[in-house]
Amino acid sequence: MARADVKRQIVPGVSRASRSRAFKNRGTYKVKRVAGPRREEKVAAKTSKPAAQKAKKTDLESAILHNGSKFYPADSEPKPKQTRKTVRPTKLRKSITPGTVLVLLAGRFRGKKVVFLKQLASGLLLVTGPYAVNGIPVRRVNQAYVIATSTKVDVSSVKVSEKFNDQYFARETEEKSKDAEQKFFGEGAEAKKTLPAHKAADQKELDAQLVKAISAVPMLKSYLKASFSLTKGQAPHLMKF
Amino acid sequence: MNLYLTCRLYSKGRFLGYQRGKRMQDVNNALVKIEGVNTKKDTEFYMGKRVAYIYRAKREINGTKIRAIWGRVTRPHGNTGTVRAKFRTNLPPRAMGASLRIMLYPSRV
Repeated sequence: MARADVKRQIVPGVSRASRSRAFKNRGTYKVKRVAGPRREEKVAAKTSKPAAQKAKKTDLESAILHNGSKFYPADSEPKPKQTRKTVRPTKLRKSITPGTVLVLLAGRFRGKKVVFLKQLASGLLLVTGPYAVNGIPVRRVNQAYVIATSTKVDVSSVKVSEKFNDQYFARETEEKSKDAEQKFFGEGAEAKKTLPAHKAADQKELDAQLVKAISAVPMLKSYLKASFSLTKGQAPHLMKF
Repeated sequence: MNLYLTCRLYSKGRFLGYQRGKRMQDVNNALVKIEGVNTKKDTEFYMGKRVAYIYRAKREINGTKIRAIWGRVTRPHGNTGTVRAKFRTNLPPRAMGASLRIMLYPSRV
């Protein structure tokens, strides 16, 4: 806020002076109204064009000086408060870098290990098992539901396709078919949804690159296959992941 | 197969009772003792973690008789590794002494 605004406004959107006070301060009512065209002139204006133009101008002038009325609304209209908040991208935890092996903490694949590929625009992490190693497809996870381990996979040679964006994972909207009613009343079981062929191909392409990097390091493959779990007497706060 | 049986991803804790003085108790704050946590310093890892009190009830809801009351670890309590937790609905007194699950999320590791 500029200094002048600070004087005028208590907080952004709330002015110091009330509506009537502001009206008084501005003093626009002191300015003599510029006389608009008289009624007879207006009638004449309708007939002659240049006169009409002239009349218009004076109308405009008076509107600028004062909106033609000495009245103003008694109720103050609430102004929406200015928001100074901006959407900032999610900060990635320091421990998570491309190639970091993560342990998933919740959901269908809880306890499983995955390789972190990149952060998406939504702030979610793009990860994969890879599918060929431990059966976890390319998916998105929130970093709050993940433990970052100190193990890293060398992904410098892995090219993560640009097509893996948030849109890629969006739920497909089902087309409402006309025979929905028919379906509802059980005209045969619905065909089980299968993964579209292009997604399977994307996974395959990614897996091939990752498996190459993983199998270059001894034990890494079996490490990724093994799931993480706490056993009796183990306390996570003492662990070094 | 129940994945929780094969893969435990939570610490065990016990609901000791409520935060209290000599005569009054504050049922909004539950005291929880987490297994293996014995100092105030150790509790740091568990701050903000989600806690679940899981119990069985007679009537099925959504096809299961198992229910949960969720909460969060708020702060340490004392110097011996006990923590305070707040639950969405306060834990019932009969849960005193029952075990709680202290989940590993939200993770900061």
